[in-house]
Amino acid sequence: MKKKGTIAHYPYIIWSILFIVVPIFLVLYFSIIDSNGNLTASNYTKLFNSLYMLVFLNSIKLALISTAICLILGYPVAYIISKSRSKTRNILMLFLVIPMWMNFLLRTYAWMSILGKNGIINTIITTLGFPAVDIMYTDAAVILGMIYNFLPFMIIPIYTVLIKIDKDVIKAAGDLGANKLTVFKRIILPLSIPGVMSGITMVFMPAVSTFVISQLLGGGQFMLIGNLIESEFTTVGDWYFGSALSILMMIIILLSMAVLTRFDKDDVKGGGRLW
Amino acid sequence: MVSKHLKRLYLALTYIFLYAPIMFLIIFSFNSEKFSSKWGYFSLKWYSTLLSDDRILTALYYTVLVAIISSIISTIFGTITAIGIDKMKKGIGKKTILSVNNLPVLNPDIVTAVSLMTLFIFFKVPFGLITLIIAHVAFSVPYVILSVLPKLKQLPTDIVKASLDLGATPSYTMRKVILPQIKPGIMAGFLFAFTMSIDDFVISFFNTGSNVTNLSIEIYSMARRGISPEINALSTLMFITILILLFLANGKDLFKKERKNENY
Amino acid sequence: MEKDILIELNNITKKYDDNTVLESLNLQVRRNEFITLLGPSGCGKTTTLNIIAGFETVDNGSIIFEDKVINEVPPYKRQINTVFQKYALFAHMNIYENVAFGLRIKKLPEKEIKKKVQSILKMVELDGFEKRSTDSLSGGQQQRVAIARALVNEPKLLLLDEPLGALDSKLRKEMQIELKNIQKQLGITFVFVTHDQEEALTMSDTIVVMNKGKIQQIGTPEDIYNEPKNRFVANFIGESNIIDGVMEEDFKVLFQEKAFECLDKGFNKDEKVEVVIRPEDIKITESGHGMLSGKITSVVFRGVHYEMKVQIANTEWVIHNTLHAQVGENIGINIFPNDIHIMRKASE
Repeated sequence: MKKKGTIAHYPYIIWSILFIVVPIFLVLYFSIIDSNGNLTASNYTKLFNSLYMLVFLNSIKLALISTAICLILGYPVAYIISKSRSKTRNILMLFLVIPMWMNFLLRTYAWMSILGKNGIINTIITTLGFPAVDIMYTDAAVILGMIYNFLPFMIIPIYTVLIKIDKDVIKAAGDLGANKLTVFKRIILPLSIPGVMSGITMVFMPAVSTFVISQLLGGGQFMLIGNLIESEFTTVGDWYFGSALSILMMIIILLSMAVLTRFDKDDVKGGGRLW
Repeated sequence: MVSKHLKRLYLALTYIFLYAPIMFLIIFSFNSEKFSSKWGYFSLKWYSTLLSDDRILTALYYTVLVAIISSIISTIFGTITAIGIDKMKKGIGKKTILSVNNLPVLNPDIVTAVSLMTLFIFFKVPFGLITLIIAHVAFSVPYVILSVLPKLKQLPTDIVKASLDLGATPSYTMRKVILPQIKPGIMAGFLFAFTMSIDDFVISFFNTGSNVTNLSIEIYSMARRGISPEINALSTLMFITILILLFLANGKDLFKKERKNENY
Repeated sequence: MEKDILIELNNITKKYDDNTVLESLNLQVRRNEFITLLGPSGCGKTTTLNIIAGFETVDNGSIIFEDKVINEVPPYKRQINTVFQKYALFAHMNIYENVAFGLRIKKLPEKEIKKKVQSILKMVELDGFEKRSTDSLSGGQQQRVAIARALVNEPKLLLLDEPLGALDSKLRKEMQIELKNIQKQLGITFVFVTHDQEEALTMSDTIVVMNKGKIQQIGTPEDIYNEPKNRFVANFIGESNIIDGVMEEDFKVLFQEKAFECLDKGFNKDEKVEVVIRPEDIKITESGHGMLSGKITSVVFRGVHYEMKVQIANTEWVIHNTLHAQVGENIGINIFPNDIHIMRKASE
């Protein structure tokens, strides 16, 4: 059957050119012209303006912090669940996934009512007699929002890799004299690295490109790259600069992917990425 | 090494962290007061406000409509394409298609959103239901392809030859041999497309018309205006729906026989 | 075409990109014959099978089945069925449905399908397995389902592509006998592909030895074994000692600086030839009492016999002997004319 030419995928080739490739080239095009249609690099040189560099660096900083915290908090969770009995861990994973099914905006909004001036945290604090705290519209609020939304994305890939570790490998290590700590440090941890890389990817990417979390929890003035792009396209109307920012965003993401997937041993193209 | 109780405690704390915000949302949806700083009395008034809010109901209608239409289209489109890709010989062509297919998956959704919007504006396509559906199909099909392709790869060697050998035409083979065996991949792809569509915000935000909205966009506008307990009520209803759906889907799985791979 | 010939391959050439896989292949298969295509990996035997089945097209030549050219006939219209190496069972169907697959396509009435399926399952000793799923079966059982699924369609020709490759050796030997019996019982023509020469010798009426896309020799198992036509066949089938020699005259060959009586004739005087002697045909005797003398350099116990290496002048001989001998022992060897086989020297 492989000999017969098939055209089953031709429609999608046309579709993907039209709706995936062309749009990106259009954005690229817009990023290198000005309002008169002349070629220019000004949209990109604008990026080096210290204001925008700050936004850029801030996005990366917050994303890195969130990713790191997700990793530190999430790895033990993945580990503990993976060591449970088969039936228990399936239930645990199911419950881990359920909050993810809640609408993303609702999950973020939930923190608004918790962290706000009239929110739960302040209610408790003031009831106890302490002065109210202003957590909303701070870096901390945004980081908290990111962690809350993306923690399962860190746990799931690590868990998936951990349960695939061949039991016999653990037994062999023990047989060769390793105690539990050594087994973890020298066998389990290294073998789980592909899952860790996967998790880092799945948290860092949405974190660095988010605009909802920073908008709702960071407030109107809080600027991450995502917000900047959104405002350039909607409020400010400078499509050209917005396009340059989008291209920049694409480059950041694709670069991070290139770096991170070098550790991904599994066949990514085969669809294994869909945990 | 680390005591069992410490482990249990840590897990518990994690799950409390994950569920607490949702629980608060639900609890305060029954609060007669607007802000959670004060508890008035148990009230369902926000629910009635919610259910009579036309904007929300319209948004809900469009959300479900777009999700169903786009996921069905994506699944059919994606499955046919996956079958075609699987038959391709390894080479530059195949690699290119797969890489391009990966772009919507890898790209942050704001870039995908903005690029599609640029496309529609450039070609002067009016924004509305059509552009919304196109956008949803555009970001869903890659996931369908990524779900179905591995199943195609896993088909036993020579299965197609065996079918032809036994007298089946290529179309009979597709219907009775290939499709049944890749069904789990197709179903997973459909589910993925549906879920992503229901939940989508960014891409929809940039690619819809003023009269077509979805739940996420509505919630966003409401949230930007400040706290609104209607959102809490909506959250509760959505949460209950999710629980019901998950129970229906996974009910039998929860009682499945324990698999052989026990803990290590 | 003779009434006897079921299928004929005429001058078949097949290329993959620049690689010529089959070159001007000519083959005739008789009805009710058990014919085996034998050769190493890459020799073209599986490609030949695929061409017969219709999974591959040919660049040149014709396939003639019962007097009709079938080059353009798709596989699902040929009265040929195949048993695949990896079984290719339909995992989403149970055993009954797998076996009934071909019959359903022919739109036979349900009652008849049931009868045929049950009868064939009985023949492969899987009666009672109808409702089982394919993954609940062992390799050997899956193999028999694959055979049943093919045979139930009563094809005129059955193709088997290294079907026993994945089975353990004992099971393999049992299946070889079973397959041979089934073939005789049903009177179906079998074209069998394998790289295992022992398997070919056991089961076949005719063996076609192939290498690099060309047929090296066609003959009965005895012919191939006793009278290999060239070095490749001699080396591939069984073990051989192949020694350079010279035909002094008819019935007399010179090698290892000695003249031996043999049964071959028709060579030129003093023509350089290759002498083939099977290890099990060499008789061991006391040192000094044989036609040749040598020293044993190694002895390995193989169960059925001892495999010995003997150094005679500057040639190492392989001998299979049922009696033990010591390493370092000096022995004499005798070779009878019947056991000497002469081949023309191959022109490289």
